[in-house]
Amino acid sequence: MGDTGVPGVTVLEDDQAQSGPRRMLLNMGPQHPSTHGVLRLAVELDGEIIVKCQPDIGYLHTGIEKEFEVKTYQQAVTLTDRVDYLAPLSNNLGYCLAVEKLLGLEIPPQAQWMRVMLTELTRLNSHLVWLGTHALDIGAMSVFLYCFREREDILRIFEMFSGQRMMTSYFRIGGLALEPPRGWHRRVGTFIGGFPSKVEEYEDLLTNNRIWTGRTKGVSVLSLEDMLDLGVTGPMLRAAGLKTDARKDEPYTGYEKFDFEVPTRTESDVYARYLVRVEEMRQSARIVRQAMDGMPAGPWKAADQHVVLPDREKMKTQMEALIYHFKIVTEGFRVPEGEVYQVVESPRGELGFYVVSDGTAKPYRVHMRTPSFGNLQATSKMVEGTLIADAIASIGSMDFVLGDVDR
Amino acid sequence: MANAFQDVFGGAAAIAKGMSVTFKEMLSPTVTENYPDEPPKLQERYRGVHVLQRDANGLEKCVACFLCAAACPSNCIYIEAAENTALVRISGGERYAKVYNIDYNRCIFCGYCVEACPTDAITHGHGFEVASYNTCTLVKRKEDMLAPAGAGPPVMTA
Repeated sequence: MGDTGVPGVTVLEDDQAQSGPRRMLLNMGPQHPSTHGVLRLAVELDGEIIVKCQPDIGYLHTGIEKEFEVKTYQQAVTLTDRVDYLAPLSNNLGYCLAVEKLLGLEIPPQAQWMRVMLTELTRLNSHLVWLGTHALDIGAMSVFLYCFREREDILRIFEMFSGQRMMTSYFRIGGLALEPPRGWHRRVGTFIGGFPSKVEEYEDLLTNNRIWTGRTKGVSVLSLEDMLDLGVTGPMLRAAGLKTDARKDEPYTGYEKFDFEVPTRTESDVYARYLVRVEEMRQSARIVRQAMDGMPAGPWKAADQHVVLPDREKMKTQMEALIYHFKIVTEGFRVPEGEVYQVVESPRGELGFYVVSDGTAKPYRVHMRTPSFGNLQATSKMVEGTLIADAIASIGSMDFVLGDVDR
Repeated sequence: MANAFQDVFGGAAAIAKGMSVTFKEMLSPTVTENYPDEPPKLQERYRGVHVLQRDANGLEKCVACFLCAAACPSNCIYIEAAENTALVRISGGERYAKVYNIDYNRCIFCGYCVEACPTDAITHGHGFEVASYNTCTLVKRKEDMLAPAGAGPPVMTA
């Protein structure tokens, strides 16, 4: 027996394999392109069949949860961008909603609708990256190029709103960071008008493609019970037949006002997950359209002068506003003692923020229940007993982000 | 037999449909940007390397209030303040920043400093090509970031 350094995984050396076929330990990752980040899989192979698979995580651990404790509440928003870097605005939203719940802040309608619109664009962004890379892993090159073309449009919209393509930090405690830019309506309208036909194109390329269905149908099936036991959430769970979505089950930031469907399938294979996510893209596009058309007028940040920075004009002309500006920037704001848990539906599944406050201007503890971590737990169960080539399809169908797993 | 026929025919039809998408895309205009041969198209709010602005009289807008340093989540701003005198007037206010360093090894371009600045002295420019083989060169001094002397509208790159 050779020690592999991974607990529980050992490799049989050649001359020791007296009975049964020869086994081989294969290290997938941490630099393997199809692991989408730095995931290492220690895979024990019997020919081409995976006998045992052990994920090894932690290569991207950055101590973000600890880092929260030394930042003021508002500064910590920048950390949430860097957790799940493909869906920064979903993380912003989860954290802001949690702290706002502690503060008891009332968020004006325009900010709420803007948040809905931009988080749905984030979902599109994330699903486009997933579809492009997942298809690329399985061998469909052109889908990748088309997906990233549309993603570029979304990133331009984010840049237009916040000034940054990925690390937006656009949602702040109390509303938005900046006023929505001039001309956003036309820009978002142009994009969302053309988007449904683009989804049709992806479907034309993949849905009935013989190679695609051959590689995905019936691959890495996992029962609903197993998924629930392992803590899997999001599109994977919906592809196994459970209609669960935090936007419907526990509506937040005004999602109850929007009309959309939660797509489900029952096959629970890679193909079903693909169909669920593609349908989610259509539904997200519907929500963006509704949010855009029904965008209420009014303020884009809350009126609490102890928490939200004053308007720049006021700050420059009124002494009192200037004093509040200095106070909030230098000291932050005190959040009442207590603890709160807020769930949002990120593109990957259920994203929870557990924030504990001790009454000071910095969080006592912030814990994240990240969907990627939960989904990753299903890896071993999903790939053991399947072909090594199918492991690539399985990993792609889980759609995890390693920043979200390790954080 | 009928099943096999359907399999072959359906598969060929799907491939043909996919190829028609590819063919259609071949005729549509390209969206690729020719960076670095052409400048990239950045949005107005793009957060790039900071620019320290001057006022209408050509004086520095920064009055060394340290708000940007306090707002910074990554502690990358270092300031030393000094008093303006009758002979040496650097800024429009009482004090000015004798030293103003931003460490671009640490800066995360979040825009909190710009939001905090009460005099609109620090702004995000559109410069982004700060990659370097030597991290020492990434600590930018005030002189590196200051807008060129001479009155005029705010500039985007120093």
